[in-house]
Amino acid sequence: MASIKILLDKCTGCTLCVKACPFGAIHMADRKAVIDMAKCTLCGACAAACKFSAIELAKAGGPKKDLSAYKDVWVFCEQKKGVVQSISFELLGEGRKLADKLGVKLAAVLLGGGMEEVAEKLGERGADKVYLVDHPALKAYQDDPYTEVLVKLAEEYKPEVILCGATTIGRSLVSRVAIKIGAGLTADCTELDIDPKERLLLQTRPAFGGNIMATIITPNHRPQMATVRHKVMKEAPVQPGRQAEIVSKTYPEETFASRTRLLDIVEEIGATVNISEADIIVAGGRGMGGKENFPLLEELAKVLNGAVGASRSAVDADWIPYSHQVGQTGKTVVPKLYIACGISGQIQHLIGMQSSKVIVAINKDPDAPIFKVATYGIVGDVSEIVPALTREFKRVLNK
Amino acid sequence: MDYLLTEQQTMIRDLARKIAQEKIKPVAAHYDETEEFAWPIMKILADSDLFGVYLPEQYGGLGGGIMDMCLVTEELSRACGGIALGYAGTGLGTLPILLHGSEEQKKKYLPDIAKGKRLAAFCLTEAEAGSDAGAMRTSARKEGDKYILNGTKQWITNAGEAEIYTVIAITDKTKGIRGASAFIVEKGAKGMEFGKKEKKMGIRASATREVIFTDCEIPAANLISKEGMGFIVALKTLDTSRPGVASQAVGIAQGALDCALDYSRTRVQFGQPISSFQAIQHMLADMATQLEAARALTYATARMSDSGAKAMSKDSAMSKLFASEMAMKVTTDAVQIMGGYGYMRDYPAEKFMRDAKITQIYEGTSQIQRNVIAANLIKETLKK
Amino acid sequence: MNIIVCIKQVPNTTDVRIDPVTNTLIRDGVESVINPFDAYAIEEAVRLKERCGGKVTALTMGPPQAENALKEAISLGCDEGILVSDRKFAGSDTWATSYTLAAAIKKIGDYDVILCGKQASDGDTAQVGPGISAHLDIPQVTYVKKIREIDEKTAKVERMTEEGYDVVETPLPCLLTVVKEINTPRMPSLKGLMRAKAAKPLKWTADDLEADPAALGLDGSPTRVVKIFTPETRKGGELISGSSAEVAKELAELLKGEVI
Repeated sequence: MASIKILLDKCTGCTLCVKACPFGAIHMADRKAVIDMAKCTLCGACAAACKFSAIELAKAGGPKKDLSAYKDVWVFCEQKKGVVQSISFELLGEGRKLADKLGVKLAAVLLGGGMEEVAEKLGERGADKVYLVDHPALKAYQDDPYTEVLVKLAEEYKPEVILCGATTIGRSLVSRVAIKIGAGLTADCTELDIDPKERLLLQTRPAFGGNIMATIITPNHRPQMATVRHKVMKEAPVQPGRQAEIVSKTYPEETFASRTRLLDIVEEIGATVNISEADIIVAGGRGMGGKENFPLLEELAKVLNGAVGASRSAVDADWIPYSHQVGQTGKTVVPKLYIACGISGQIQHLIGMQSSKVIVAINKDPDAPIFKVATYGIVGDVSEIVPALTREFKRVLNK
Repeated sequence: MDYLLTEQQTMIRDLARKIAQEKIKPVAAHYDETEEFAWPIMKILADSDLFGVYLPEQYGGLGGGIMDMCLVTEELSRACGGIALGYAGTGLGTLPILLHGSEEQKKKYLPDIAKGKRLAAFCLTEAEAGSDAGAMRTSARKEGDKYILNGTKQWITNAGEAEIYTVIAITDKTKGIRGASAFIVEKGAKGMEFGKKEKKMGIRASATREVIFTDCEIPAANLISKEGMGFIVALKTLDTSRPGVASQAVGIAQGALDCALDYSRTRVQFGQPISSFQAIQHMLADMATQLEAARALTYATARMSDSGAKAMSKDSAMSKLFASEMAMKVTTDAVQIMGGYGYMRDYPAEKFMRDAKITQIYEGTSQIQRNVIAANLIKETLKK
Repeated sequence: MNIIVCIKQVPNTTDVRIDPVTNTLIRDGVESVINPFDAYAIEEAVRLKERCGGKVTALTMGPPQAENALKEAISLGCDEGILVSDRKFAGSDTWATSYTLAAAIKKIGDYDVILCGKQASDGDTAQVGPGISAHLDIPQVTYVKKIREIDEKTAKVERMTEEGYDVVETPLPCLLTVVKEINTPRMPSLKGLMRAKAAKPLKWTADDLEADPAALGLDGSPTRVVKIFTPETRKGGELISGSSAEVAKELAELLKGEVI
């Protein structure tokens, strides 16, 4: 069984571990750290923080496995209606860097029906190889066949790293795959890097609602799997004419069997409203005053080619549907520009948008917490300022 | 202050607080603005068993008393005094049945009230009979196994929304107030109508209407107690319910104090939070102290009522008088602390102030409470 | 219909604050609550019971005080609670957590539907629900926003996607993870609170489960935290003032080229 202990001869009583512990499980007694085992979850944050190697986190692992058979970086390319989603290009961009650091190939994995032409284009996005499984049952995403196929591919070709978008499809799929192949999986990464010596994928992700960041590794299991948030990584540039080796795989028919049946796909929201895809979001909160003022946001969003978002209180008041909600119980967004109109900025909302590149806040309360995260703040009445912005942007953008 | 609540009372208070904070607070301004009756909240209160806290277990209640009802009313009022009144008004309408109803009447009506399936209302006031309830004109005439009601009750809380009405009407004009009787009238009775909804200064989420009886027929079995007991039923009901109004006042004041306190800690002027200024600190201290005194008096009176005290007109009048006067003062001061923001409808302070005013008026004005208190004081001296 | 709802006790994020001086989490007075997303799973489980009859079992893995989460679940209408708790589970990542919960579910044995919140508010991984279904090898539907139809054999549900929703039919037993849109959780009732107070959730340790000790806790977790740090906190920027037209002009100037 795993255990943790303080090596008293090495502990200097510096209290770094006390500050690092996310669970409040460490206190100082006689100038030495003491771990409260009832609170400790063996997360390892203290051991990582200790500068004196005074905390020993022992794991009853078996002998170190030979992981040398695993190589290459894979990117699961998500397609919908035969179109590869932009998140996949972001992952190919990041995957390229990781593959180069590891000195291995970058492979795209594409599952779908009638995808040959699309597969060939992935070379232009930096893939050296494309694993293509083409079958009518893979046209639209279903958990069972997608899991089965990805498991089979991974078992046969043994990738070192698999990246996947932290989308509804990605999160549902790789969570199952990781269990089936005994891989480590880290969700929602915002930063990836390689430890070249140990060939480890360093996966950094927000925890506790973005209040702390954790770097996570998978020391003794392969592949190392990670999902990555949308809009965090840069899209791979198009290199016209660049070619990838296409590895087309077929499997016996039962591989594609699904216990669930997809009866219908309903599209409710256009691309302009899909807030997780949008580069610009104009969001409204309680300070908008009422449903009747939301068209002001729509007009501004339209001029900027952006989407309309909302805080929870605006959604709860039925001013706008839940699919627009940004924040802890809604969506996490990372647009280039987030314009918060009449949003006070409660922690639950900030969690969902504070990684946006530029934040503009408009609020009549100068003490609203939103101003603490805003790049630019405007104190004033949204019903006057938003239309003024719409007019101004229309003029600037020649619309 | 620790009021040594029972475990069940603590549970009741905490649940009412949770509902008030999570469900009522976010919609309080909406209902104040639209003056709609907050049925979705009534449904939540019903599903949470809160309507039954003061009713006996054999009628589907939780076996508590007025103290329990006060705890709920206070917590709900802390978020919205108007919405709380939908609850407290049902309590007022139920008391005549609970205190004086027959076993059959209790069995018939209390279980639905305990479950929150039906709201209740109490009909006493008339246009010409406010503080002077003796000037009442609504009449009830017995015909066979029926009573025929005629007259108009005014400013009836929950009217139109409630399904069970307890009505005081004159059965014998010659006997003055001793000729009054109490009845149960169910919504939908032939000849029963409601006037238009009143537009009020505060407690705007509560429904206030006229209840109009035009040859309204009700079964004779709906007479509460005996003919001629109506005034006694009414007085006893009001003696019992006044701690409820007091707790509404306490809740409203607490809501305003919470608001002012929060504001004073975040509002920065002259480079520091205004809570660091002694002028503000002393106001807050006075508000909190008066509030706690009112709460203590209210709880003491409610507990006295639950212990079965017979003569408690003076005490219940004192609790209502003190708490409602306190609420007016504390809510006014809350607006003052918040300055211009307090005066704006964007913040709830001004609403608390508007809501507080009614507690000095209904179920006996502050002046009537003083009359009651003085009359009892003098009466007690004579007895010595 | 036997329904299992998996819940997690998490710190209430409303209370989580960062100490501006030390840049660490302030934990004092942070209360533990049921993961907000699990509240929707509990509500849906209780509604399913009200619709189809049967029983709802709330299941959680955590320290002894996670019993409170189970009691809260009971006050909201669950029939019983099971706490899976052991020092041997400490350090579990999502792989080991879903393995342990799946082992507990196997021990419960008889189930038709397993409900989970779409993710937990402290970890935000959304991996444990699918992980459980993978360990149990049962079908799953994630991000369910509506259960349209359900009987003893199949369920027809709406699964939320980025663009709208899919309509999916799944045989039972199955695992569903639910989103906020699916319902509005009820408030506890006083009678439910009293029942919860009297309730004694079952407690299972590692020895009660048929589980490989090497697959539990830190030992069974492929991933490991090597560093924890506070992100650079965002600093408030400049305030723009003036008339509406003036601020609009200035903002457009500032944003031009950079983001638009």
